[in-house]
Amino acid sequence: MTDYRKSDWGQFPIRPGDRRRDVWMGRLISLTALGAIAAIVLIFVFIGREALPVITSPDVHQEVTVSQMVSKLEFRPGKPKMYIWQPVSETPKYSLAPLLLGSFKATLVAILFATPFALGAALYSSEFAPRRIRESIKPVIEMLAGIPSVVMGFFALIILASVLQNLTGWKFRLNATNAGIALGIAVIPIIYTIAEEALRAVPRSYREAAQSLGASSWATVRRVVLPAAAPGIFAGVTLGFGRAIGETMIVLMASGNAAIWSLPLTDSIRTMSVTIAAELGEVVNGSPHYHVLFFIGALLFVLTFFVNLLGEWYVGRLRRRLSGSAG
Amino acid sequence: MTLQQILNYETERKTKMKRVLTVLGVTLLAAAVSMAGKSITIKGSDTMVILGQRWAEAYMKAHPATIIQVTGGGSGTGIAALINGSADIAEASRPMKDKEKDQVRQKRGLDVVEIATALDGLAIYVHSGNPISKLTLPQLKQIYQGDITNWKGVGGPDREIVLYSRENNSGTYAYFKEHVLKDEDFSPQCQTLPGTAAIINAVSKDPAAIGYGGIGYSKGVKVLPIARDDQSEFLEPTEANVNAMKYPLARYLYWYTAGAPDGEIKKLIDWALGPDGQKIVTDVGYYPLPKETTPEKKMQK
Repeated sequence: MTDYRKSDWGQFPIRPGDRRRDVWMGRLISLTALGAIAAIVLIFVFIGREALPVITSPDVHQEVTVSQMVSKLEFRPGKPKMYIWQPVSETPKYSLAPLLLGSFKATLVAILFATPFALGAALYSSEFAPRRIRESIKPVIEMLAGIPSVVMGFFALIILASVLQNLTGWKFRLNATNAGIALGIAVIPIIYTIAEEALRAVPRSYREAAQSLGASSWATVRRVVLPAAAPGIFAGVTLGFGRAIGETMIVLMASGNAAIWSLPLTDSIRTMSVTIAAELGEVVNGSPHYHVLFFIGALLFVLTFFVNLLGEWYVGRLRRRLSGSAG
Repeated sequence: MTLQQILNYETERKTKMKRVLTVLGVTLLAAAVSMAGKSITIKGSDTMVILGQRWAEAYMKAHPATIIQVTGGGSGTGIAALINGSADIAEASRPMKDKEKDQVRQKRGLDVVEIATALDGLAIYVHSGNPISKLTLPQLKQIYQGDITNWKGVGGPDREIVLYSRENNSGTYAYFKEHVLKDEDFSPQCQTLPGTAAIINAVSKDPAAIGYGGIGYSKGVKVLPIARDDQSEFLEPTEANVNAMKYPLARYLYWYTAGAPDGEIKKLIDWALGPDGQKIVTDVGYYPLPKETTPEKKMQK
C-alpha cells in the first residue's frame, strides 16, 4: 500500500500524508508562538483589569486615590507628613514613592556593581584570554545565572550582610547596598553574555586594520572594538536592569524591607516586587489594598517592558551598525 | 545513522512514550485513590508550621492510612484557604476576625469552629550582648512607633535602635500591632522580615536590634522580661506565666475548621489536644493547654 518513492536526496521515503503532516506541524508551531504572545497579552490584560479600579472605582477611592499614592501622608497627628507605605492600618497609607525609590536604589547598586565585573570579564574573554581559558570562563560565569535567587538571598542575608556591617558599621545591617550587591551578582551573567557576544561580533577586519596602523592591543580595544560594540554593551546593561528591578527573592531576604523615603544607599529599602510578594498572600480579594498591589504590578510590568524594549533596540542597532559597515 | 536506524529509533521512542504515559497514568490514579482516602490539608500561621508538622508526622506514624499536609504562609493565608475551601484546618496565631468568619459562612455556608491547641508567649528579643534587661509595654510601643530611637532612651547604651518586625500578612504582626501598638502604626523605619526564624537570625547578628516572635524559636538571642506598665511586675514568657496568662503577651494558638469537625479531622483534633499531642507542643517549645481549658469552643453565630 505504502508508496515508498525516493526523494531527491536519497533513501528517505515520502509517505502519503506527509505533506498534510507538514502543514499541521507548521500550524502547531506557529500556534505555540502565538500562544506565548497571547499569554503575555492576557497577563497584561488581567493585571490591568485588577489594577484599573485604583483609577476608576469610587469604592477604592474612599480609601486611596492616585494622587494620595504620590503625595506625603499624615503618619500620626502632630508629626510632619511623609511618604509612607502602611497598608495594614486603621487609616491605610499607600504612598508609592518609597517603593519606587527602593526599587531604583537596589537596581542602581546592582548595575554599578555588576557592570565593571561583567564588562571586564567580557573584554578579557573576548580580546585577551587564550582560547582554552576563554572556553572555561564563559560557562563558569554563565553558571552564576543558574544559582537560585533564594540561595543568593540567603547568602546575602547571612554572610554578606555581616561582612558589610563589620566593615562599615552602618545602622541597618540589611540595606540597599547589601541587596544591590547580591542582585548585582545575579545580573553579572546577563550583562556578561550579551556584552561578550557584542564584542565578539565586531569583525576581525576592524582589529586587523587598527593593528596594522600600529595600535597596541589595548588601544585597539579602547578605540575600535569597544566603540563598535557599545550598543550591545548598553543592551546588556539595560536587560540586566530589567532583570534586577523585577527580582524579588533576593531583595526580600537581603534588604530589610522597610519602606523608608530616603536617599542614602545604607538605609533599608522596600521594593515594588517585594511588596507584592509579601502582601498579596494575605490581602482580601477585591479590597483597595488588593487593587493597589495589582497597580504596582502593572507599573512594574510597564517599567520592565520598556526597559527590555530599549535593550532590544540597542541590540538591533548593534546588528545594523556591524552588518552595515562590514557589508 | 542509516535510515533504518532512524526509523527504529522512532518506533522505539513511541513505545517508550507509551510506557511513560502508562506509568504516569497509573501513578496519577494511585494518587487520586489515596487522596480520596483520608487526606487532611492544614495551612496557616508560620509560627505554628513546625508544631503542625510535628503533629502531622506523629499522627501519620500512628495512623498510616491518613495523609496530612501542613504548609505555612501566615495566619491570613491559612484563613483565606479555609474561606475558599482549599484547607481543612486553618492554623492561626491570632483569633479569627468576625469579618473572616462571615466570609466562611457566605462562601461555604458553614460556621467556623475555633479550637485552642496550645499557648505561646510572644517573646521580645534583643542581641545577646545588649545590656538592657527589661522593658515595659509602653516603652515597647514607643520604640516600635519611632518615639524612642536610641537605646539610651530606655536606659541602655548610646546606640540607635534597629527595629525588626514581621510582614503584615503574619498573625504575629497582627497580634503585636493590636496588643503592643494598640492598633497604631509601626514606625516607617521598621524592617519587616519573612518569618520568625529570619528575625531571630537578624537579631542574633545585630547588636542594636530588637525583634519579636514566638518563644519556640528563641535560640541565640536574649529574651527580655516584659511588664504591662511601670507599676507591674516584669515577667518572662515562662510556662507558668503564660499558662496563667500573667505574661502580658501570652496568646493562644488556634486551629479553625469550617463546620463541626468530623471523621478523621475530629480524630486528629482530639489526638492533638490529648496527652500525646500536647507533649509535642512542649517538645516544639510552646506551652500545653492548662488542664482546665475546655478543648473546643464553639463560635457564636
